[in-house]
Amino acid sequence: MFAACADPKAIEGLTWLTCYLTSGKHLDFYWSFLTVLLLLAITAPTALAMGFAGATAARSQFLPLSLLGKGYAAIVRGVPDIVFFLFFVIALDQGIEWLKHQVVCPDWTEPVRQGLEFRVCPQAKVPLSSSSAMWHQAYGFGLAVFTFAIVFGAFAANVLYGAMTAVPRSQLETAEAYGMSHGQVFRRILVPQMWVYALPGLLNLWMILIKATPLLFLLGVKDIVYWARELGGSKTQAYEYPHPDWRLWYFLGLLVFYLLFTKVSEIVLARLSARLSRGQATAGSEDLRRAAA
Amino acid sequence: MKKLFLATAMIAVSGAAFAQDVVRLGTEGAYPPFNFINDAGEIAGFERDVGDEVCVRAGLTCEWVTNEWDSIIPNLQSGNYDVIIAGMSITDERDEVINFSQNYFPPAASAYVGLAADADLKGVVSAQVSTIQANHVAESGATLLEFSTPDETVAAVRNGESVAVFADKDFLAPIVAESNGELMFVGEEVQLGDGVGLGLRESDTELKAKLDSAIQSMKDDGTLNTLIEKHFGPETAKF
Repeated sequence: MFAACADPKAIEGLTWLTCYLTSGKHLDFYWSFLTVLLLLAITAPTALAMGFAGATAARSQFLPLSLLGKGYAAIVRGVPDIVFFLFFVIALDQGIEWLKHQVVCPDWTEPVRQGLEFRVCPQAKVPLSSSSAMWHQAYGFGLAVFTFAIVFGAFAANVLYGAMTAVPRSQLETAEAYGMSHGQVFRRILVPQMWVYALPGLLNLWMILIKATPLLFLLGVKDIVYWARELGGSKTQAYEYPHPDWRLWYFLGLLVFYLLFTKVSEIVLARLSARLSRGQATAGSEDLRRAAA
Repeated sequence: MKKLFLATAMIAVSGAAFAQDVVRLGTEGAYPPFNFINDAGEIAGFERDVGDEVCVRAGLTCEWVTNEWDSIIPNLQSGNYDVIIAGMSITDERDEVINFSQNYFPPAASAYVGLAADADLKGVVSAQVSTIQANHVAESGATLLEFSTPDETVAAVRNGESVAVFADKDFLAPIVAESNGELMFVGEEVQLGDGVGLGLRESDTELKAKLDSAIQSMKDDGTLNTLIEKHFGPETAKF
């Protein structure tokens, strides 16, 4: 990156360190922090949306729908995250390719599954072999985000279901007495009041989601854990910047990043919680009233 | 959500070129001097040079991808890439599930490396998971300690988790040489495997033929030997 770094074997000390920390690989490492933040930015709202759908379905009077909602939450929560990730991503990948194969290659005679292999016609591969590396990375990332959203959506569904059930029945009855339709009661009374009950659970889920981002590494996405491991391992002279085993320092850096992130999250969400507790019949709200008095 | 995905994928893909002769080469990227990721973030090493040259000679457009060692064979079978070029030794066990090209690196020795010359090779020995060396350690009666990357197997010796590491001698030699006397070769070398070959799906017979003839032409005109000497030093066995 700098002119002084042109010959890495000839420099030492602080110059070496600066050049080392700005090498191509390190820049990839710094960009991968954005990957993690992007994952969180996309997964959180998607998981919330899925959780909302799941909780609403679970509360439905229509039996198949309520079984679907409850089943989704139970099954996905019951299977260990890692197992679900590893299975679901492969299944989804193959599923998409199989569907595309049915559409794009209707006259393909060979079976798709040959022994241990999964072979669809070349036009059905997603992304295509000829697509650039960017598309492959983006696709892998997309699959990971989708799987994350499904897993955390199940937990969110559980939290939101509990929160919806916790809204005092008297509130809903009063709304019905005023002549509001079922949909109006849901939108105007149940959902706004449910948030204060849902928030502790959702906050917890957010923290767990932050801590679960290294699962991206298991899925082959080049996230911060991947780079820390890759950069930290001891390097021989075959590399431009040889060094001993520095994984401790890299993982310490990751530790600091995650701690800072969760601390900031905690502060922001505590404020949000206080805001939503205003006027509610909860202990948190009682504390606010006492503090104001 | 799935529909949205499928729709997006199809739109993205229908715009792309229809070329089917892009061959994707999968490597590990953590095994210098065979394959590693250099400080600019690119795949480098002996196998990078061999792969690029083979592709030129076979008239193929090649793209490089990295994949973790433990899932390298299943992902080949799922079609994530078409060739495994990752220092993978030709063995009968692997031959049952995938096909190999002819070898592009002659059968080489595997060696033990430890902190002291009298390391007990029947104690805890570390090796990388799913390698011929791990098999050998398990059969030798020592306690096998497996790691998913080769780097960690050596780190285990340095921090005392294992008494010795058993791996390809060509991988260990630069590490021992640069360790300032801390690490040393112990015990006897063992010949394992039939050399390093390209891994292919069993159904890809046409590709195998192309790659085999490219490798053969590299052996015939000495290019392969030049590459071996460039990356492994003049003392290494050549074709």
